[in-house]
Amino acid sequence: MQDILKQYETVTQADVKEWFFVGNVSDFPENSGACIKYKTKQIAVYNFTRTSQWYACQNLCPHKMEMVLSLGMIGDKDGIPKVACPMHKKNFSLKDGSNLGGEDLKIATYPVKIENGNVYIGFSD
Amino acid sequence: MKKIIVVGNGMVGYKFCEKFVAQAESKNFKLTVFGEEPRPAYDRVHLSEYFGNQDAKALEMAPREWYENHNIELITNERITAIHRSSKKVSTIKDEHYKYDYLLLATGSAPFVPNITGVEKKGIFVYRTIEDLEAMLEYADKLKTTNSDKVRAAVLGGGLLGLEAAKAVMDMGFEPHVVEFAPKLMPRQLDTRASKVLQEKIESLGINVHLSKATNKILGDETITGMEFGEYDKIDVEMLVISAGIRPRDELAKTCHLEMGTRGGIVVNDRMQTSDPEIYAIGEVVLYNQMIYGLVAPGYDMAHVAVNQIIGNSDVLMQRDIDMSTKLKLIGVDVASYGEPFMPVEKGYSIIYENKTKNLYKRINVSHDGKSLLGGILVGDASEYNMFHQIYLNGLPIPEDAEELILGSRGEGGSSFGSVMDIPDVAQVCSCESVTKGDICCSITEGDCQNLGDVISKTKATTGCGGCKPMVVDLVNETLKSLGKEVKETLCEHFSFNRQELYDLVKINKVSDYEEALNLFGEGHGCEICKPALASIFATITMETPNRQVAIQDTNDKFLANIQRNGTYSVVPRVAGGEITPDQLITIGAVAKKYDLYTKITGGQRIDLFGAQIHELPLIWKELIDAGFESGHAYGKSLRTVKSCVGSTWCRYGMHESVTFAIEIENRYKGLRSPHKLKGGVSGCIRECAEARGKDFGLIAVEGGWNLYVCGNGGATPKHAILFAEQLDDKTAIKYLDRFLMYYIRTAGPLVRTAPWLDKLEGGIEYLKQVIIEDSLGIADELEIEMQGLVNKYECEWKQAIENPEMMKRFKHFVNSDDTDDNLVFVPMREQKMPKAWT
Repeated sequence: MQDILKQYETVTQADVKEWFFVGNVSDFPENSGACIKYKTKQIAVYNFTRTSQWYACQNLCPHKMEMVLSLGMIGDKDGIPKVACPMHKKNFSLKDGSNLGGEDLKIATYPVKIENGNVYIGFSD
Repeated sequence: MKKIIVVGNGMVGYKFCEKFVAQAESKNFKLTVFGEEPRPAYDRVHLSEYFGNQDAKALEMAPREWYENHNIELITNERITAIHRSSKKVSTIKDEHYKYDYLLLATGSAPFVPNITGVEKKGIFVYRTIEDLEAMLEYADKLKTTNSDKVRAAVLGGGLLGLEAAKAVMDMGFEPHVVEFAPKLMPRQLDTRASKVLQEKIESLGINVHLSKATNKILGDETITGMEFGEYDKIDVEMLVISAGIRPRDELAKTCHLEMGTRGGIVVNDRMQTSDPEIYAIGEVVLYNQMIYGLVAPGYDMAHVAVNQIIGNSDVLMQRDIDMSTKLKLIGVDVASYGEPFMPVEKGYSIIYENKTKNLYKRINVSHDGKSLLGGILVGDASEYNMFHQIYLNGLPIPEDAEELILGSRGEGGSSFGSVMDIPDVAQVCSCESVTKGDICCSITEGDCQNLGDVISKTKATTGCGGCKPMVVDLVNETLKSLGKEVKETLCEHFSFNRQELYDLVKINKVSDYEEALNLFGEGHGCEICKPALASIFATITMETPNRQVAIQDTNDKFLANIQRNGTYSVVPRVAGGEITPDQLITIGAVAKKYDLYTKITGGQRIDLFGAQIHELPLIWKELIDAGFESGHAYGKSLRTVKSCVGSTWCRYGMHESVTFAIEIENRYKGLRSPHKLKGGVSGCIRECAEARGKDFGLIAVEGGWNLYVCGNGGATPKHAILFAEQLDDKTAIKYLDRFLMYYIRTAGPLVRTAPWLDKLEGGIEYLKQVIIEDSLGIADELEIEMQGLVNKYECEWKQAIENPEMMKRFKHFVNSDDTDDNLVFVPMREQKMPKAWT
């Protein structure tokens, strides 16, 4: 299971080697999340319609190793965009992947680009 | 950069790392940690939980990545075999060598195995590591397959750890026996009477206790078959767990000639330094004050001292008097002792309260002048422990008549001790994280903490064992009040209203959706608390299904199914009143077979189908709906089931047709959303086979009609429903139920069930009767009309979803692929399947 976790590492804009097309804006539910597949990775993509912001992170919750984060509810804590894992409500920042409850859990985040109504996620591999 | 090597990655060794990296100076050091076990440090105090879930990861103090992220090199599965003091090196079992500037020994202890004849036989275990438990489990499985009878297991030692181990073997399905040499259980912490109370309680739970027994011999050929105490005194057991104390793991120190105690343990000074000033030692391996401390809290204090000494804060020293107070839950029984639990007469006097019918024992030891509390014991109910412990530690004044401490004040004014605010600022409230009252209060008065959550993330109080939580809550609330800040019950940071206020605002302003509510009454982007709370409010005003505002539903409601371990879902069709035809059973069976689902009968008299993947849900429901089934709303905070007994239709005792009435009620309220789940029951006579009094509402048939009970529940805090009205006819019963449910839905907080709602309702059950039966608020008609409106608008949300292609879009794992989740793994279990355990 550790191996599954290892393949997720935060990618910043500068690291991007490939902008991977994952669908049209309309394929993604408003103010909510959905999951996409890239090679062996599962990535959660969130469409914050209220602020026209998009975020992406690993779909795997590091707490109990479940592929569920895309199903979590999104929102904010003190203005930081976040997702709450549907399993045990662990909260993660979508800005930097840190756990907002102060626990030692972290998720990898990925950049999202919207161009002509198409959604792209940035990967470095 | 200086090198520190830590030998031992147990709880105390981990705590050293945690406290070390929290210091800014830590960046000048390189930390390398060796552990001989395969896993990173885990919580041994809660080891017995492993039997419940076999989830080693859940016990971890921190995952492996934590060490990486903090630049700590963690080398597990590798024992250090020698210390070379002259060259300042250690060597490992693989004969690798590492240089150190400072060495910290946190090697802990090993179980003490007494030298009894036959102790080497098979079936004998110690209780210390996860590997020990795994070996026990494996052996237990073998025993169970070869023995048809209940298998017996003994635990040698009736101390703290021994009783934990007894619980563990009981959970493994053995008949447990505790064998103790002393004439009482927990001889070091409890007096004879307290011990007796504990013994009676645990015996009533099925644990056999054998006291004053010295084991001469282990019986059996190769494998243990029994234990012999005297010539004619023996017991037959098939397994033995030894928990007879600990011995420090001091062999490394011994071979490199550090100063040792005569009976073992590495001698340290109050800086945690051994006789070699560059070698420190902490935890159970240490002899300090001529004592080995087998508790985790003193070990954590030692870690704190060692960290400070190494980084150069040389004035941080270990205190002389070590507080050995403990509070724990042993096999579900509260046990606590603090200060001086036994009282020598020359120091003071004791006041003892004992109630055998309730398995309660309280003892306080008071100084001769009656002014200070010196120690005490609590068994059965340790809720006063935090306060007593603080009074003892800080020498707080006690009532003139000390007995009021345990018996309560008989005069005016209730509480016998003042407010939590009377505790001095230096008092340590959270001993796991060393947080004082001052730290907590200042984080609000001088820091920027605004609420309990802020205080916890700032100070880390309550994040250890959690035992101090009630006191921390009180301190935070009192401090906020003292600042004139209103401790207002609000939904979350996005809405400064409570649920009832929001319900009214949404209704009066005819708000149409969540976004509008957030714009009008809230701020920010919402969260997982306010979204489902508002979803519930919208549903109980307009009867909209979760298909309309999908984004604000909890995951269960979003997919109209219960999310289970490994991200699969379970399916529960409605079986009103538990009445089901053979054809319906066949349909459910056929569907379960087709989709390879695990099936189980639920507590609510229906059938749960587990293990469905997200894309299978619509296919499964299509078949169920075609056969006439509807959603059972098992996933929602909504009406679940109305359980029934078979009633006068078949039962020779039945007074009325309980099944018919249960079906009518369940169908009336099906789909109704509420602040929390709602359950009902209808029994055909007072034998109460439907357990209606364990439900939010229950009806019991009596001569002349139905008795109506309200506000009961099972679960974590079971509560019997209270008699609300007697001898009602069907129509009146439904009228009262309509009013009661609607009133609850309007006024309860989010996720508050009917019983705690009633507890908080001012005036209690009598007030509720006035509102519902006598219509004291003049709202009865309105409540009935509203409920009828909701009933009329019911629609099966699964039928609605599968008929609408737009709604169907969400039942798919990936947006950009038709693949399914390939991480799902199932393993067989008793001719069905189950999700593979978490690793």
